[in-house]
Amino acid sequence: MIGLILPAADFVAPKIEYTELMPMLVVFGAACVGVITEAFLPRALRHAAQLAITVVAIVVAGVLTGLLINDNKELIAAQGAISVDGPALFTWLILLALTLISVLLFAERSLDGGLSAFASQAAAVPGSEAEREGTAARIEHTEIFPLTLFAVGGMMLFASANDLLVLFVALEVFSLPLYLLCGLARRRRLISQEAAMKYFLLGAFASAFLLFGIALLYGYAGTMSLGGIADALAQDTGAESILLAGTGLIGVGLLFKVGAVPFHSWTPDVYQGAPTPVTGFMAACTKIAAFIGLMRVFYVALGGSRWDWAPMMWVVAILTMVVGSIVAITQTDVKRMLAYSSIAHAGFLLTAFVGLAQAGSGVSNGITSTQAVLFYLVAYGFSTIGAFAVVTLVRDAGGEATHLSRWAGLGKKSPLLAGIFAFFLLSFAGIPLTAGFTGKWAVFSAAWTGGAWPLVVVAVLSSLVAAFFYVRVIVLMFFSDLPTDAPDVALPGWQTTTAVALGLAATVILGLVPGPVLELAARAGEFIR
Amino acid sequence: MKIGWLTLLLLLPFVGALVTMAVPKAKALLSKQVALGFSLVVLVLTAIVAVGYHQNGAEKYNETHTWIKAFGANYALGLDGVGIVLVVLTALLTPVVIIASWNDADNGRWSSKSFFAWILALEALSIGVFSATDVFLFYVLFEATLIPMYFLIGGFGGPQRSYAAVKFLLYSLLGGLLMLASVIGLYVISARAGDPSYLLSDLIKLDMSQNTERWLFLGFFFAFAVKAPMVPFHTWLPDAAGEATPGTSVLLVGILDKIGTFGMIRFCLGLFPNASEWATPVVLVLALISVLYGALVAIGQTDIKRLIAYTSISHFGFIVMGIFALTSQGLTGSTLYMFNHGLSTAALFLVAGYLISRRGSARIADYGGVEKVAPVLAGLFLFAGLSSLALPGLSPFISEFMVLAGTFSNHKVIAVIAVLGIVLAALYILLMYQRTMTGPVRDGIEKLKDLNAREILAIAPLVVLIIGLGIFPKPIVDIIKPAVESTMQRVGVTDKAPEIPVTEGQK
Repeated sequence: MIGLILPAADFVAPKIEYTELMPMLVVFGAACVGVITEAFLPRALRHAAQLAITVVAIVVAGVLTGLLINDNKELIAAQGAISVDGPALFTWLILLALTLISVLLFAERSLDGGLSAFASQAAAVPGSEAEREGTAARIEHTEIFPLTLFAVGGMMLFASANDLLVLFVALEVFSLPLYLLCGLARRRRLISQEAAMKYFLLGAFASAFLLFGIALLYGYAGTMSLGGIADALAQDTGAESILLAGTGLIGVGLLFKVGAVPFHSWTPDVYQGAPTPVTGFMAACTKIAAFIGLMRVFYVALGGSRWDWAPMMWVVAILTMVVGSIVAITQTDVKRMLAYSSIAHAGFLLTAFVGLAQAGSGVSNGITSTQAVLFYLVAYGFSTIGAFAVVTLVRDAGGEATHLSRWAGLGKKSPLLAGIFAFFLLSFAGIPLTAGFTGKWAVFSAAWTGGAWPLVVVAVLSSLVAAFFYVRVIVLMFFSDLPTDAPDVALPGWQTTTAVALGLAATVILGLVPGPVLELAARAGEFIR
Repeated sequence: MKIGWLTLLLLLPFVGALVTMAVPKAKALLSKQVALGFSLVVLVLTAIVAVGYHQNGAEKYNETHTWIKAFGANYALGLDGVGIVLVVLTALLTPVVIIASWNDADNGRWSSKSFFAWILALEALSIGVFSATDVFLFYVLFEATLIPMYFLIGGFGGPQRSYAAVKFLLYSLLGGLLMLASVIGLYVISARAGDPSYLLSDLIKLDMSQNTERWLFLGFFFAFAVKAPMVPFHTWLPDAAGEATPGTSVLLVGILDKIGTFGMIRFCLGLFPNASEWATPVVLVLALISVLYGALVAIGQTDIKRLIAYTSISHFGFIVMGIFALTSQGLTGSTLYMFNHGLSTAALFLVAGYLISRRGSARIADYGGVEKVAPVLAGLFLFAGLSSLALPGLSPFISEFMVLAGTFSNHKVIAVIAVLGIVLAALYILLMYQRTMTGPVRDGIEKLKDLNAREILAIAPLVVLIIGLGIFPKPIVDIIKPAVESTMQRVGVTDKAPEIPVTEGQK
């Protein structure tokens, strides 16, 4: 109605930088094509078609991102809504690479008698006749591919959102598909559905916190754009309390996605219940997107009030590291253990985040926080997906054998598989000559460079505790006897083999010659406003 | 690209480990021969390097390549008098252990070829540790040595091996991670001063505030004290050495633990000279406690391997004491001690291993009268024991004497009390010999076979060196001296003039 009253001449078409946003547009476009394909293509062709669309879209988007990085593009696009800067482009690239590996795992069908890891009919009641019929007819939910594309598109948008509203929209765009994907496990469907439900409810709760925080910050600054909020902070409008409350609430929403203590309680349940390929995807990609989003909001918009929020983040970082590593010791399920390990890793990442090693806070030489975090996320992402891919291979009659006691003596049964998993664990533990060590070194030095050396000491001690439970699994695999009813090691198809091989290669290369990736992360520079 | 000598020494055992693993499982003998062949080639190359070092100095062997620019880390290798001695020790002990452990791994958890492959991997990493002149590279290799040792203990040992392996790993990681904090601290200081660099030659130019230097020193020292091991961080060693195979114990005590004392000389004294001087009183007292406590507990042991492990704790006390006495005599003595201790402990562990593998028990009470049934074994055991208690004429005597004399000139009380350690050493060695080798022949000992040619061959080089260096230690002292002098200069201490000057006539 209002549009009718406005004179037509006042309408200016928004300027959209299509070249710079193309990677994201490709992903979203392909997701829409995927949905249409789902409706029109006969069932027999869907799997191949969806896989092709997804892989092509990701590869094209990745190449386009690479070109943008090569051109040193840096600008605020889409009328100030999206910032295409160095860290954003770097994040896009790793998100796309990791998604590609995850999609390969999604497409794996040779592990479970020719069926994928996903339920045939998500709507069928677990254990019912309809479910059996669906399985017998080899029906598959090929919607997982467009859902994944939507999720990764949302993550890309999240990592580059320059406006709190865009940030929120992006959060929902990537969260909703993930809630769905979590509930689609073919085996242990009840746990899977429970995980989806928990994730959804707690996620919605966290979104509400975030939204409320956004509203308060808008009340403080009178604008949603990150740069605008920074300007308002610089002018010191005097509404301190509303700013602090807004900062805290936004922090809760973002730390929930990162999986930091005390907002971590969903992680173990969801990681355990979700289909393992989805867990790998979530553990790697959600963490990356959420972390970059967190850093962007706090560095760009709230950098001026860092002395207000840094103490809070110190506490969160310490809690996350300590709780993550200590509680992991008591876990008896591989997936839950990896979940707690991912919490501990979030804590290590937070040390670099609160270290604030950046030119803006007077650190001129050496490694910056952004560089360290970006590198750590690459190292962590590849190892994590590789580790979860290995978990999909250890199976018995009931599907994956994830209870730790079932992994006893695996080194005897399949030395190669156990060796690879041990290598991933050593990388998580931060043993030198693996990617995990280089990453840890990077974040710890960024933290210390910024003056947060007590955090480094805590981090180092937590690393020791963490090393204990990683080593425990290695002991179990190599130094225990093989039980008679040991689970089988499934022969992986090319998809899983590729995923594991890529994860392994990245973990080795980033451990031995991390130079190029570190340079690339350094070139990404700082967030722009 | 030209491959440097040290890179070659580092790569060759790695290649050897891979080749050993590639040998088909059925050909166990071939895999052992391959491993032995590689270790012998490394030994020959090391000998060439050592002779070259002695004649032409260290310049020729320095290598520096940028590794990770953002971290200021370099792939930098180089030698000094302390480093070359330990590289030689590593290259020497590896083939000895391979020959001595020829059949030890046959009944292990995994195929025997993996045992020998891990040994070669450990040799490669140890050579790297002793020749790294970049702190980052040193740290990486230092931590990486844990992995082969972990699998050597956990894969091929006694019934409690998993426990021992995990204990070993966790203790070492605790030390290593605290050192990591200090390593990162060095980076931060280096970055503040300009472009970050981890090269030792750049780091010694850094200015540090007194407090920073002390904190960083503590991080390094703690890691090395756990590694060495010093009381009270020593409890992992008896467990690890008691459960591991004798060959693994030799590598653990003979080589790996030397990284601790080596690190004290190169990094604690080299990078933090003022803090080292500041810490001297506490360190010396801890060293003294290690000497006495290790020896006393050794006397009370009922298990041969654990007994030897405790004697090593006592010996490491002497080494640390010599280092932190801060006299050139003490430091030279300690370096020499590291080498000699490697020889004598290797001999003792290996002969004890021969004995234990024959009877199938490590309990002292199960033995008696062995010298009547197996005279060669008993004779070598006595010889190894005597060298361990520093009998004059054998090489450990010279180093122990130098350590005590060096300590005496600066810290009389400590040196005087430490002399008790020698008395206790005679006690624990001779008691063990008396209980196991002399007296009436016990049940189960009657049919004990004497040593075979392979077993004697493994010990022979050690015996020759122990006697040779006992009579004529000059060549090795000449190599150590310059490095010790430059370290002393760095710390900024000079030896006290003797109270009774040497007069013309006495010369």
